[in-house]
Amino acid sequence: MKQSGALKITAQGEREIVMTRGFEAPRNLVFDAFTKPELLKRWLLGPDGWTMPVCEVDLKVGGAYRFVWRGPDGMEMGVRGLYREVAPPDRLVHTEKFDQAWYPGEAVITTVLAEQDGRTTLTATILYESREARDTVLKSPMESGVAASYNRLAALLASAG
Amino acid sequence: MTPTDRHLDATFTALADPTRRAILARLASGEASVTELARPFAMSQPAISKHLKVLERAGLISRGRDAQRRPCRLKAAPLADAAGWLEEYRRFWEGRFQRLDALLDEMKTAGKKAGARKIRGKDR
Repeated sequence: MKQSGALKITAQGEREIVMTRGFEAPRNLVFDAFTKPELLKRWLLGPDGWTMPVCEVDLKVGGAYRFVWRGPDGMEMGVRGLYREVAPPDRLVHTEKFDQAWYPGEAVITTVLAEQDGRTTLTATILYESREARDTVLKSPMESGVAASYNRLAALLASAG
Repeated sequence: MTPTDRHLDATFTALADPTRRAILARLASGEASVTELARPFAMSQPAISKHLKVLERAGLISRGRDAQRRPCRLKAAPLADAAGWLEEYRRFWEGRFQRLDALLDEMKTAGKKAGARKIRGKDR
């Protein structure tokens, strides 16, 4: 197994999460993997057993994206946003808002790709609307957000039965 | 800033220092006095006491009232909170990025093959 730059995630300041990760590929390929639906569907997946039935990208300033993941029981999680900056191969800025609103408000994600000797370092800074929103994300990551959705569905079904 | 935020800030500050982490590791095997804790470090007792104050403020250790010994004891709960935070989130994203690693390898190979075909003149 080759070495990739290890994933680092840190809370930064009051409202940010910063992720850095190295990739053994030039940045034009990494940029494509982040913005082309046929490529996104290959890796931007949820927990095991989840598919990505909706993956739409209108890659331009003001363009929208829409992702929907579906779990084994048909449970769905969706997210949407708009692109604010599109500057391949080094910079992408977009908003993010989940259907299920498992963190309050909207986030702004700034992705910067730096390349050296065929290796790319990705730095993604996620800016939340509030400290509470940022901290909610750290305490309840995607899996927990999904679990929370399952719990709500289970409660709904129990009350309907 | 909520009380929870202040608490977590204090925990992270406390853990950010290697001496304090070493102190916590030592206390994991049982309580100790300031003298005992200072022993492994080339550090004066007042310096160690400063570290102990930070740990105490973060709620990570408790200090006995015995004026002579003032033994220090580990309090595990705040550590569990802090550790749980980033790790789950990191694991989730690492799974995704590992899939991306494999995809990028494919893309590089596909690019090389396409390049080789061009050189051999097989592309129109």
